Amino acid sequence: MSTENGRKENGRERIGVYVCHCGTNIAGVVDVKEVARWSKEQLGHRGVVIARDDKFMCSSLGQELIEHDIKKEGLTRVVVAACSPHLHEKTFRTACSRAGLNPYLCELTSIREQVSWVTSDKKVATEKSKAMISGAVERVRYHEPLDPLKVPINESTLIVGGGIAGIQSALEIANAGHPVYIVEREPSIGGHMAQFDKTFPTLDCAACILTPRMSEVGTHPNIHMLTWSEVEQVDGYVGNFTVTIRQKARYINTDDCTGCGICVEKCPKKVIDSEFEVGIGYRKAVYTPFAQAVPKYPVIDDENCIYFEKGTCKACEKFCPTNAIDFEQEDELITLEVGNIVLATGFDLFDARRIPQYGYGRLANVFTSLEFERMANAAGPTEGAIVMRDGHTVPESVGIVHCVGSRDRNYNNYCSSICCMQSLKFAHLVSERTGAQVYNFYIDIRTPGKDFDEFYQRVLEEETLFVRGKVAEVTDATRLPGEEGKLIVQVEDTLAGKQRRIPVDMVILSAGLEPRRDADDVARQFGISCSSAGWFTEKHPKLDPVATMTEGVFIAGCVSGPKDIPASVAQGSAAAARVVSYIEQGELSLEPVRASIEEAMCSGCRICNDLCPYNAIDFDEQLMVSEINSALCQGCGTCVAACPAGAISGTGFSDAQVLAQIEGLLMLNLEEPAVMAEPV
Amino acid sequence: MENGFEPVMIGFTCNWCSYRAADLAGTSRVKYPPNVRLIRLMCSGRLDPTFVLKALSAGADGVMITGCHPGECHYLEQNYKAMRRVMLLKRTIAQMGIEPERVKLVWASAAEGIHLAHEITNFVDEIKALGPLDWPTAPRRRALEEIEQLEVEEVPA
Repeated sequence: MSTENGRKENGRERIGVYVCHCGTNIAGVVDVKEVARWSKEQLGHRGVVIARDDKFMCSSLGQELIEHDIKKEGLTRVVVAACSPHLHEKTFRTACSRAGLNPYLCELTSIREQVSWVTSDKKVATEKSKAMISGAVERVRYHEPLDPLKVPINESTLIVGGGIAGIQSALEIANAGHPVYIVEREPSIGGHMAQFDKTFPTLDCAACILTPRMSEVGTHPNIHMLTWSEVEQVDGYVGNFTVTIRQKARYINTDDCTGCGICVEKCPKKVIDSEFEVGIGYRKAVYTPFAQAVPKYPVIDDENCIYFEKGTCKACEKFCPTNAIDFEQEDELITLEVGNIVLATGFDLFDARRIPQYGYGRLANVFTSLEFERMANAAGPTEGAIVMRDGHTVPESVGIVHCVGSRDRNYNNYCSSICCMQSLKFAHLVSERTGAQVYNFYIDIRTPGKDFDEFYQRVLEEETLFVRGKVAEVTDATRLPGEEGKLIVQVEDTLAGKQRRIPVDMVILSAGLEPRRDADDVARQFGISCSSAGWFTEKHPKLDPVATMTEGVFIAGCVSGPKDIPASVAQGSAAAARVVSYIEQGELSLEPVRASIEEAMCSGCRICNDLCPYNAIDFDEQLMVSEINSALCQGCGTCVAACPAGAISGTGFSDAQVLAQIEGLLMLNLEEPAVMAEPV
Repeated sequence: MENGFEPVMIGFTCNWCSYRAADLAGTSRVKYPPNVRLIRLMCSGRLDPTFVLKALSAGADGVMITGCHPGECHYLEQNYKAMRRVMLLKRTIAQMGIEPERVKLVWASAAEGIHLAHEITNFVDEIKALGPLDWPTAPRRRALEEIEQLEVEEVPA
C-alpha cells in the first residue's frame, strides 16, 4: 500500500502543516496566520515545506487542500493543528489515504481543546500552539507507514447470562441466521425478570411477556442453551475466542428427560429456596426453579439431596418413567469457538442486612423488594397474597422505604434508577390487593421514563402517602400508645420540617442494584474493566454504550449500571446489532498500534511476560525469546517501556516518536539542525 | 509569580482517560495555565522513565504523568505499573540532585476535565515555587556550591 509514499526525498521529509481556524474557536484566540508563517519559516530546516491555514480544515475544501498538496507538492508527512484526534483523526487520515499517502503518516495536534479553549492570553496561546506544532512535526518524522491488522470473524456468538438482555441479544443474532450459545449459571434462563410479578408502569405481568421469549430461545434452531453452566476460561481475541465452559452435573440425562415433574413430586427432601424464591419459599432437592423454566429439565441439588448425604433414597430414580436420573453424572467441560461475546450477567440486589438500623433479618415483617415481588407473584409462595411473615395476616399499613443502599455515601453513591418506579408499583399493588394504608418514604421521586410520571400521578390519587425524608430507623421498640405490635418508622419529614414516628405492620425496603459479587473476576476473565463502583465500563458512555474497550466483547443490560427492562432490552438489541455487523463484515480491521519484539535483541529475561494483562506475550522455549501475539496485543505499550534490552517496539508510539516529540515541544529543534537526531 | 518565571512542562496523558479529560476541559472552556504541553500515550503504562529524564534534561522544569484512576485502567491494571515506575523514578532523580516534586503523578478519568485543569494549575504553581530546573547545570552547580561551603577540618598530618 505504501511502498511509494512515506519515502524521504533526498533523505529529507516533505512535511505539510495545516492550521485550522475552526471558525473563531481557534482563530479567536490563536494567531493562526502567524503560527502558519512561523512553522514554514522556523521549521523549514526540519522538513516543513508547506504551512497553510484554513477556516475549517475538516470541511471538504480543507481536506481537498491537503490532498492537493500531497499530490502536487509530494508531501511525505502531514501535520494538522486543529481539534482533538478523538474527533477528526480519522477524517484527516482518510484524506491522506485518498491522496495516496499512508494514513498513519498524518499527525493531528489539538490546538483547540488544549490551547484556544483553555487559554485566555492570545500571545501565550499562539506560542503554545507553535510549540505543539513543533512537537508534532518532530514526531511525524518518525512515523512509519502502517497497515491495519485484519482478523477473520467466527460466525458464532457467546452470550453470557440468560436474563432479558441476554435473551434479547440471542434472539436478534439467531434471527439474523447466526449460531448463538447462551450460557446461564442457574438451571433456567429468565434472570431477575422471571421473579417479578408486574412490570412498571404498564403493570403487565412479567412472566406473561417474558416466557414466550424464553420458549422462543429454547426452540430456536440457531440457539444452543447451556444452563447450569459457567464460563471457566476465555482465550483469544475478537473474531477468534476460545471459551471453556463448565456444565455442572444436573444428575438428569436431558436426552431422556421429558420434564414431566414426577421426580420433583416424589422427592422427600424439602429445602428453603434461597435463589428463585429468595428464601421465602421452598423447593425440593430435585427441582426446576419455576413452572415455566426453560429448559424444562430439573436439577438435583447435590448439597441437599438425601442420596448424596446418606447414600440411600433414589426416590426420583425409582419413579422416573424414562430412567433419566443419573447419579453418576459429572461436570462437563465444553470448549466453544466464537467470534464475539455479549456479557449480560445482570446485577445483585443490595443486601439490606448491611443497614442494620432498617432491621432486615432481625424484624420479621421487614421485607426486601425481591421478597415482595415473589410474594405478590401469583406463582410465588403465598400465591399472590400480600401477607405478613406469619403467612396469613393481611397488613393494614405498609411502609415502603426508597433508596435503600443507593444515593448513600455509606453504601453506594449512585441512584439505582429503578427503585422509585418499583416502589410506586409496590404501593399500587399493596393498596389494590389489601386496601392497606401505604406510606412511601423517599428522598426524591425520579420518574423520567415514558409514562412514568403518569403512573406516579395515578399512585398519588390512590391516597398513598408520601413522606419526604431518609428513614433513620425501623424499630419494634414502642414508646407511644398505638405503637404496640407495630414497626415504627422513624423519619425526618423534610417538607413539614419535623420528626415523625409512623407505626406500620409491614416495611418493604426498596433495595438498590449492585454489580454482581464476582463482577471483578468476570471482568478480568473477559479482559474488560470495571468502574470504581464495580459496573462494567462502556467503550464510550454516550456514543458506544454496548461495546467495551476489548474488541469483540460487548455488554448489555444491568452489567454496566442499573437499568429498567426496556433499557436492558434496547441494549440487548444494540449489542446484537454490533455483533451482527462484525459477523457480516467477515473480517475486521484493527488499529495497528501494537508491540513487537525484535528477536535478535531479546535476551529472554521474561520481564515482559507477566506485565501483559492480555497474556499476549509467550515465551518460546526453543529460541529462548519472548514473542507477542499481535492479535491479542491491545497496544498499551507497558512491555515496550519495561524491556531492559529495548527489544520491544510499539508501532504508533515508538520511543523515537515520543522522544522526538519531547524535543519538539521544548523547541530544541529551533537550534542548529546538527543537534537533532535524524530518523534512522 | 513575582520573579516572572514561567516554567515549561511536559505532561504525559493516556489516550483513554486523561487525554479525554484534557479534551473535556477544553470543551467545558476551563482555563488553566499554558505551561504544560501534553503528549499522548496509549496508556500510562507506556511511560518509559527515560521519557521523563529526557524531558527534564531537555529543558522541562517539571513533568506530569496522568492516567486512569486505579482500578479503572483501560488496559486493566497498567496504571499500577506506571505508579510503581514513578515512585522508583522519583527516588532516582532525587539521587541525581533533582527535587522529586518535579515529577507528579495524577489520576484523571475521562469525566474529570475540571479536576485535570485544577491539578495542572496546582502543579504549575508548585514548579514556579521550585524555580527553574536547568538540568544538569544547576544541580551540579548547587552540589559544587555545597561542597565549597563545607567547612573542612584541617587534620594535622
